[in-house]
Amino acid sequence: MKRLDGKLGTLASLPMLVVLALAFIAPLGLVAIFSILPEKVFSIVNMPNFSAFKTMVNQGYYKSLLWSLFMAFAASTILFIICWPLAYGMAKVFKRFALIITIAVVMSLFVSENIRLFGWVLTLMKGGLIEGYLRHWTGVGFESPLYNVGIIIFGIVYVYLPFMLFPLAQGISMVPEDARQAARDLGATRWQVLTQIDLPLAAPGIMVGYLLTFVLAAGAMAEAKILGGRAVIAIADDIQTAFTYGQNWPLGSALSMVLIVLIGTLAIYGIAKIDLDKIMGRD
Amino acid sequence: MPANPILRLKSVRKTFGHFTALHGIDLAIEEGEFFTIVGPSGSGKSTIIRLLVGMDELTSGEIWLRDKRIDQIPANLRPTCMVFQSLALFPHMSVGQNIEFPLKLRKIDPAKRKARAIELLQLLHLPASYYDKRVTECSGGERQRVALARALAFDPEILFFDEPLSALDYRLRKSLEKELKDLHARTGKTFVYITHSLEEALVMSDRIAIMKSGRFEQISDADEIYSKPVSRFVAEFMGEVNLFQVTASDGRIEGAGLIAAPGDATSTMAERITAARDATLMIRPEYVQFLADGQVADFEISGTLNGIYALGSRIHYEVKTGSGQILTVEKLREDRYDGSQGDTVRLGWSAASAHVIEDTPFEEKVA
Repeated sequence: MKRLDGKLGTLASLPMLVVLALAFIAPLGLVAIFSILPEKVFSIVNMPNFSAFKTMVNQGYYKSLLWSLFMAFAASTILFIICWPLAYGMAKVFKRFALIITIAVVMSLFVSENIRLFGWVLTLMKGGLIEGYLRHWTGVGFESPLYNVGIIIFGIVYVYLPFMLFPLAQGISMVPEDARQAARDLGATRWQVLTQIDLPLAAPGIMVGYLLTFVLAAGAMAEAKILGGRAVIAIADDIQTAFTYGQNWPLGSALSMVLIVLIGTLAIYGIAKIDLDKIMGRD
Repeated sequence: MPANPILRLKSVRKTFGHFTALHGIDLAIEEGEFFTIVGPSGSGKSTIIRLLVGMDELTSGEIWLRDKRIDQIPANLRPTCMVFQSLALFPHMSVGQNIEFPLKLRKIDPAKRKARAIELLQLLHLPASYYDKRVTECSGGERQRVALARALAFDPEILFFDEPLSALDYRLRKSLEKELKDLHARTGKTFVYITHSLEEALVMSDRIAIMKSGRFEQISDADEIYSKPVSRFVAEFMGEVNLFQVTASDGRIEGAGLIAAPGDATSTMAERITAARDATLMIRPEYVQFLADGQVADFEISGTLNGIYALGSRIHYEVKTGSGQILTVEKLREDRYDGSQGDTVRLGWSAASAHVIEDTPFEEKVA
């Protein structure tokens, strides 16, 4: 009976597996193949060479990659720091009010990312909502904070907040209240409870939040384009340009592959490091 | 009241909104004492312990540890420690790391910490090899010992226990009860133990406090609480008991079909019953005898044998009296009564084994 169930299950999942293979793995394979083809070719029937990777290094595309990774790391770290107190409140303190915060945060996802970012442009631009009114009322204005690396990181933090907040709240909710109280009872200060009990026991949530925000932020470009005004070029922007205006699929593929391999390695390493069952004592 | 208490509670009151969990209680615990607070769920015993370790704040009152008032001191700065009901071991740490936790917080040298942890493992009959074992790989009894070792590593002035044995199976619980008592004797520390299990309290404690609805009903040693309860609640809480609402006039005790033989013993009781606003006569099942023909006792009552229940080494008999009250008689297996269900029996007991509970409304039920 069990064997028959297994066979039926495999059969039933077959269509979805085929769709996944075609829609996800095949394009990825194609990108991998194109990345090692000569530049500016549009057919996979070519002798492979690694000229696209050479171009990536020689023409400084790696700088975009480094900027993207730096901004993703900075934004994820900032997100972790600012989301922790809120996530803690949602998991341990707010009770029913946590639902209102959840709804409010989820609602922000209902509006397109670009529209929300343009909203910030209108708010922060010179002569915009803040500076415009301030100058109108006081006669004193200020330079727009737009178009620099800081505002791009701010944009990433703003857009990807839910992706850190919810895993973090989930992670914190898994910290047994008794363990926190016992640590305190044994003489731990609030800081020691945080570092020695909360953080290690909430590690699965922290890791998931960090991975999600880092992966999404490393591949983000709207923030760099809209808020940053291309003060720095994000790697995703370079990839898009290579595939579209540049008509250089192998270069776009090479850039994509580097990003995929880097982030994939990081994600696999992170997931492998976190053994949820072991941490929570279910092994 | 102990002459030299280590811990004193003065008019401690705790409210949660409109609900009063503790009604201004007073308590004094002697240094080195094994003191147990027993009560049903919701009686306020866990609230007391949370106040004592600093997890909750008093509404009013004072808590003193020797000559120092501690109720204003945060939990992490109090020289007390608690073994939690859930044990609250840190699942991400090894046995050794758990035990060393309070020592690490005090920045004690790692080598000394390890030596102390191993010493404590041995004190609690765990092999030193457990030092590196994950706590999640330990059995229930082993976890208990690790939690105890961790608390002892803290070296508290008073060790509090919040029903730490409640989740264990019967055999393990029995063996750990004895180990705890033994540990208390070996360490000489003051133990304050919270439980809803009467058996645990009786086995381990020097003194027992019975709680009900945020108040202490009685504080005394196990013998006195068992044999001379101050209220029906305590009498019933301390195990099977037969209670009779009685009155007395002209030196004679009456009520519930009871026949009291005239004599010095019963007349002294009658005087107390007369003086009381309301009186209940209490007799524990093990003191009740099946009377043979012609045999007499200070107190007698007739009834029908309603049920016989074998409980291993003991046998319980249920006897229904003429007034419809069910009485319980307990005999050791070797002293069993050879009768069968439906028999008419005469029960009797001596005045010395009975006890008069005064001033307690008969209608009061155990909460």
